[in-house]
Amino acid sequence: MTAAEQSLSLRVVGVHYAYPDGQVALRGVDLMVARGERVALLGPNGAGKTTVVLHLNGILHGGGGTVDVGGLRVDPGDRKRLAEIRSRVGIVFQDPDDQLFLPTVAEDVAFGPANAGLRGTELSTRVDEALAAVGMAEHRDRAPHHLSFGQRRRVAVATVLAMRPEILVLDEPSSNLDPASRRELAEILRSLPVTVLMVTHDLPYALELCPRAVVIDNGSIVADGPTAELLADAPLMARHRLELPFGFDLGRAAAQLAAPAATRDS
Amino acid sequence: MGAGHAHGLYLDRDTAVHRLAPEVKIVALVVFTVAVVITRREVFWAFGAYAVLVIGAAALARVPLRWLLTRSLIELPFVVLALALPFLGQGERVTWLGLSLSVEGLYGGWNILAKGTLGVLASLLLAATTTTRDLVLGLDRLHCPQVLTQIATFMLRYLEVLGDEARRMRIARISRGDDPRFLWQLKGFAAGVGALFLRAFERGERVYLAMLSRGYSGRMPEAWRTDGAATASQWVAAVGVAVVGGAIATAAFVIR
Repeated sequence: MTAAEQSLSLRVVGVHYAYPDGQVALRGVDLMVARGERVALLGPNGAGKTTVVLHLNGILHGGGGTVDVGGLRVDPGDRKRLAEIRSRVGIVFQDPDDQLFLPTVAEDVAFGPANAGLRGTELSTRVDEALAAVGMAEHRDRAPHHLSFGQRRRVAVATVLAMRPEILVLDEPSSNLDPASRRELAEILRSLPVTVLMVTHDLPYALELCPRAVVIDNGSIVADGPTAELLADAPLMARHRLELPFGFDLGRAAAQLAAPAATRDS
Repeated sequence: MGAGHAHGLYLDRDTAVHRLAPEVKIVALVVFTVAVVITRREVFWAFGAYAVLVIGAAALARVPLRWLLTRSLIELPFVVLALALPFLGQGERVTWLGLSLSVEGLYGGWNILAKGTLGVLASLLLAATTTTRDLVLGLDRLHCPQVLTQIATFMLRYLEVLGDEARRMRIARISRGDDPRFLWQLKGFAAGVGALFLRAFERGERVYLAMLSRGYSGRMPEAWRTDGAATASQWVAAVGVAVVGGAIATAAFVIR
């Protein structure tokens, strides 16, 4: 492995996968993500986005191809290494209720690092750090079900951040959020110094957060480039059932993005 | 909604009983139940003493008696059987208010009623003072086989998931004009049960994947298993209950 490959957060080569019922989900997926990059994974429903995500930490495997996370090969047979991989790949699932299952926010955030063997003050430092990063520190002792949906989504992000992942994988991070929560989450995600892979249908959100986008359709990567360029490529978009929301002006959005952050959020 | 926080029977209080390590409470419950079950049914005072023990613990845990009693209605089917026994029993009979009752059946009915009620009350007390997570942790610390604690964990988790899904489906049904009055809603429910199972199964699968992704390896994190484990004085408290229970049971054998 070359030095350039070692600085990759994620290296997916030739991953194939068919579900047990014979339905083919992935037909050779290749994807490189450099450390610190924020990449959007776009594609219509049923394109294989979630299947790719579940390959990143070895939950799905066996169809051929390789996945490396921060230079470490995902090997489903090696339990110890799998544990390491799972602490490197932080997946935030679409429904925070699937992720939060303990009596208090703090305990839920501690679940991942505690599984990794942390305890005592080290563990509580991690929890405080992760909750502070998503602006939920004052809610640490509340029950997750007493929080609003947007707050639960942020806690779900914290549960994963607490593991100090090499790469943060977000499945539809903006779904079901009201516009204010959506903007708050964007600010949080932008402030995090981690590699991000964001699976989404929300194309404006992808444009806002991810300089680079990858389009997957029918089980393989069909486009990879600067997000603004891909979204402006009308034939490509039409071919893969990607549509910008009604009234969305790509030119204006790009101009807003180019402006300094202070004026952008006003 | 709210993911697996405390279960429906949990009463959130801050008392000595709540703070007691879960494994201690589990051991105390088991010993107490065994003591109750082996006590001879003729020794009425022993059951009175057990009841005092339960009520004392409930008072200590600030669990209202009314709360305990309404929830103990779950034993109703058994009570019906217990009430039927005096009429169905064989052998010597007594007449009471013009009813001919079997002595053997009366004792049998009393036996089920008293022991069942005490067992249910004690279990409810454990449930009221211990969260789901703590229950499972306690079993784990008692070296209960991992397969069992895992099944228990997921059963508790999924029961809640199932309940939530059922509630949502019921609301959706009502919204489309279903008239849910007592038994009649069973029809709609029965029709939805297959869909409910599939939905709950899928959600359960997602919950499990989310746990796996955060390094879940089949047991709760090591740190939680040892942090807050029972101290010697807590064990003494549990042994206290066990000794009192055992003493009552033994005394019941000796003193008639």
